[in-house]
Formats: sequence, C-alpha cells, structure tokens
Amino acid sequence: MTRSFREKLIRKAFFGFAAVSIIFLLLIILFLFREALPTFQFVSIGRFIFGMEWYPTYEPPEFGIWPLIVGSLVVTSFSTLIAVPLGVLSAIYISEIAPPAVKEILKPAIELLAGLPSVVLGFFGMVVLAPWLQDTFDLPTGLNIVNASIMLAVMAIPTISSISEDALYSVPREFKEASYALGATRHETIVKVIVPAALSGISTAVILGMARAIGETMVVLMVAGGAAAVPESIFDSVRPMPASIAAEMGEAPFRSNHYHALFATGVVLLVLTLAFNFIADYVSHKFRETGSATL
Amino acid sequence: MGKPGKIFVWIMACILFVAGSAAAAETVIVKGSTTVLPIAQAAAEAFIKKNPQINISLSGGGSGDGVKALIDKTADIANSSREMKKEEIALAKSRGVKPVEHRVAIDAIVPVVHPSNPVQDLTLEQLSLVYQGKISNWKELGGADKRITVISRDTSSGTYEAWSQKVLHNAKVTPRAQLQASNGAIVQTVSRNRYAVGYIGIGYLNPSVKPLKVNGVEASPRTALSGKFPVARPLYMFTDEKPKKAAADFIRFILSPEGRKIIEKTGFVPLK
Repeated sequence: MTRSFREKLIRKAFFGFAAVSIIFLLLIILFLFREALPTFQFVSIGRFIFGMEWYPTYEPPEFGIWPLIVGSLVVTSFSTLIAVPLGVLSAIYISEIAPPAVKEILKPAIELLAGLPSVVLGFFGMVVLAPWLQDTFDLPTGLNIVNASIMLAVMAIPTISSISEDALYSVPREFKEASYALGATRHETIVKVIVPAALSGISTAVILGMARAIGETMVVLMVAGGAAAVPESIFDSVRPMPASIAAEMGEAPFRSNHYHALFATGVVLLVLTLAFNFIADYVSHKFRETGSATL
Repeated sequence: MGKPGKIFVWIMACILFVAGSAAAAETVIVKGSTTVLPIAQAAAEAFIKKNPQINISLSGGGSGDGVKALIDKTADIANSSREMKKEEIALAKSRGVKPVEHRVAIDAIVPVVHPSNPVQDLTLEQLSLVYQGKISNWKELGGADKRITVISRDTSSGTYEAWSQKVLHNAKVTPRAQLQASNGAIVQTVSRNRYAVGYIGIGYLNPSVKPLKVNGVEASPRTALSGKFPVARPLYMFTDEKPKKAAADFIRFILSPEGRKIIEKTGFVPLK
C-alpha cells in the first residue's frame, strides 16, 4: 500500500462518513413526499391547507388542516413572546453583568434545562400547571394555548439563551474598550454597542428557538388540549400539527387516505421548519456587521 | 488457519448457540388496541407461569397498529377493539394472511365526569348532543352554570369508533372537543377537571372519576352482557388462519374458564 493510495483511501472513507447523514436526510425526505403525495388525489392542496374541518375518519372524511396550522402558529408565537425576553436578557446578564461566581452556576443551570426530557415538561404542564390555571382563572380547561406556550417557552429558553450568549461573547473586546474610553457607562455600552453588534446572532437564536417550538411534539400532545378548531381566545384548546400526527398515526390504517393525509401534514410542518431555518440564515447574513465585528 | 480465522469460528459458534437457544423458547408477539392490552397482559402473566418455555411480547399502539402488524407478519396476534375493515382484510389477503377473528370479551364504554359533578344520569340523546356541541353548559343537564369541556378520543381509536356509532349515530363530534390519545389519558384529564366529561372502557374505571348512568342503567359486567347498558362492544384478537402453535395455545387459554376469570378480574366482561 503506497502512501498516496492510503491518503486517497482515507479521504474517500471520510467523504463516505460525511455523505451518510446527507443520504439519510434525502431518503427521509423522499419517503415523506412519496407517502404524502397520494393525499392530493382525494383532496386539493387548497382544501387541504385552508379547509376548516379535520374529520379524517368520518364518512365522508374531511381533510382540512387549517385549524392545526393555526394551532401550531399560535402556540409558537406565544411561546416566543415569553421565551425571547427571558432567553436574551438572561444571556446578556450571564455574558456582560454577572460576577464569575454567579455565571458559573447560572450557565450550566440553563444548559441543564435543555436536557429536561419533553415528556417530563409535558407531565408537569398536565399535572401542575393545568389545574392551577383552571382554578386561578376559573376556566373550563387548563389544557390550552397558555399552558402549551409556557411549556414550549421553557424548552426554547436554553436554545435562545446559549446561542445569544455565544453571539454576545464574540463581540470584539475593542468595541467595549472604545465605548468605555468615550465615557459611556456599562448600561450604555450594553444597549448601544454590544447588543447591536450581536444582533444577527441573537436573531438567529430567536428563530432557531421558534423552530424548536414548532416541531416539538410531546409537550403539545400532552398540554395543548387537542381541539381541532381555530381558537377564539388564548384559553381555548388547540391541536398543533405534531400532536395530531403523533396521536393519530398509531391507529390510521396503513396506506389509507388518513395515513397519507398525516404524512402531508408532516410535509407542511417540514416546510414551515425549513422556512424558519432559511429566515435565520438570511437574517444572520443581512444584519452581519462588517469589519472586526463580523460574527 | 491463522489467528483471525480462529476468532471467526468462535464468533460463529457463539451466534449459533444464542440463535439455537432463542429458537427453543417460542415467542408470541401480541400487539394492538390499548383497550385489550390489560386483558392480554393479565392473561400473558398467568400463561407464561404455566408455560415457561414460551415468551410473550406485548405492546399497545392501537387497533390499527395491531392489524397493520398482523398484515406485515410482525405480530402473531392483533388485539383490536373493532372488527377488521374491508380494506384491511383485502390488504391482508394480498399479503397472504387470512385473518381469523376471536371474540375474547365485552367492553362497556362508560361516560365519566369529575367526582364533584352533581350530574348522575344522562340519556343517550343528551350525551349525543353534548358531544356534538349542541349542549354546552352543565346547567342544561342539571349541573352548575359552567361550560362543558368535552373530551373525546382521537378519531382513529376503536373506542372512539364504538362511541361514535352507539352514541352519536355517526354525527360529527364538535371540533372544540379535546382529544386524548388513550383511555388512561382521559381518566387523568377528567380526574383533574371539574367541568369535563369523557368516556372510557369499563376496565379503566377508578375512584378518581365518577361513572354516569346511561338511560338510567349503571354500567356493570351484568348490564353489558345482557345488552341493557347501551354502549357495549365486543373485543377481538385476530390471528392468521394458521397461527403458530404457541399463539393458538394462548388464545385457547384466554377463552378457557381460567382465562375468563382473568378477564373478569381486569374489569371486562368475559363471554359465556
């Protein structure tokens, strides 16, 4: 075995390993579309996406997933409203303000939050938060948008916080020093120099947090209530797409219309998640600072 | 033979040994409806005690899943809380599986509310209107002036199908109904919500929820078997026409007097 042949072999082998994940991804997407496409032989794309009724096993069945899409978007938006201030502000505190001792406790604690299994969070939402919400606000049910949004926010906070913190940390030292040299206070430096310089990284963090929330299944299956209707108030139950897929796939007859429609719902979910990722990519390029602030 | 060759022979010998001992213990794979699961579980425990050479692998997943597994030949017995659908039978035949139906028990589906709810008894008509969303306040049923939280099973569950036929006469369940994925989840939800109504298999009744009478009849094994309790249905196990010997033995055990006693203990109604 010559040295150059060995070099070549190693290169090929590593290329093979790298290619495996792409092949898996392609195969999964291929499979998803293959199982989803037959849906549009029995329902038009317009009626599927904008249809108001989801009665997949009724005679005649209705395959409209608009209430499910709205459910997904509503819980994702509300969870973002809760998670962004908490995630970003905690990142600013950890990276800029906290004394080292506090930082050493806080940082791993937030990262530990990311390690909580979603089923545990869902159980907490179901057993603790739901009865509390119901009693406090005298609601017909505690399994609703508010409950799901809070639990999803808890899941998104670690993502948002740790990516934001990386972005803040990579703001060059000269920026801070220049700001202090001009006589700015710490507060002014954070608000007017550091955060704007890290904005693209923070935006990416927020969008990735949202992508995590919209795809999350277990929590919404357990605490969103599962009503397939467009909500009228934030205390109504909803049925986000992942919950619908997880709950129904087990009993949908193999290769039936219902089965294909669930795969088509999966495609819609994939498209939404991809859109979030593209937006994240776009934002991180668009707002990129030039010069030494490049992140 | 070099060193690697010797190692290879050893590995092969080990594999053969493991494979051989696995074949000696026969495995019966049982899959399907979560309603039938408690019966299969209790029966399997007693059955394995008597036949230690047989393994029984049990899992839930739902009636559709069990039937799917039977058709794919990844299960020997499919538990189901409904009859097989025409399309499923056709698909099975195209794969060379001829499903055989075994009725194992009768299940009564009981409407349940929170123990603090004063409502005792509803007619089928009232239940139907509640589930269609046409009655939406407990006041109309003699309870408190509170909105009813309707809880149903996901639309592909066998329990839902039976409820929809017997109570709703196939009218649509209101889209505002909350959907839960299992009998256990409904008990859990109703026990924590004072304004909720749900329905579960009689085997899942426990003191954390209050069963309602239907048309004045209390749900019990006796009323279910006599047909007086209006929301009852048979439970099935499906096998291939020519099941494995161990699978056939297991079914025979469930239908034996001993099996019937076990079914009774799990809260379902054995067939006479």
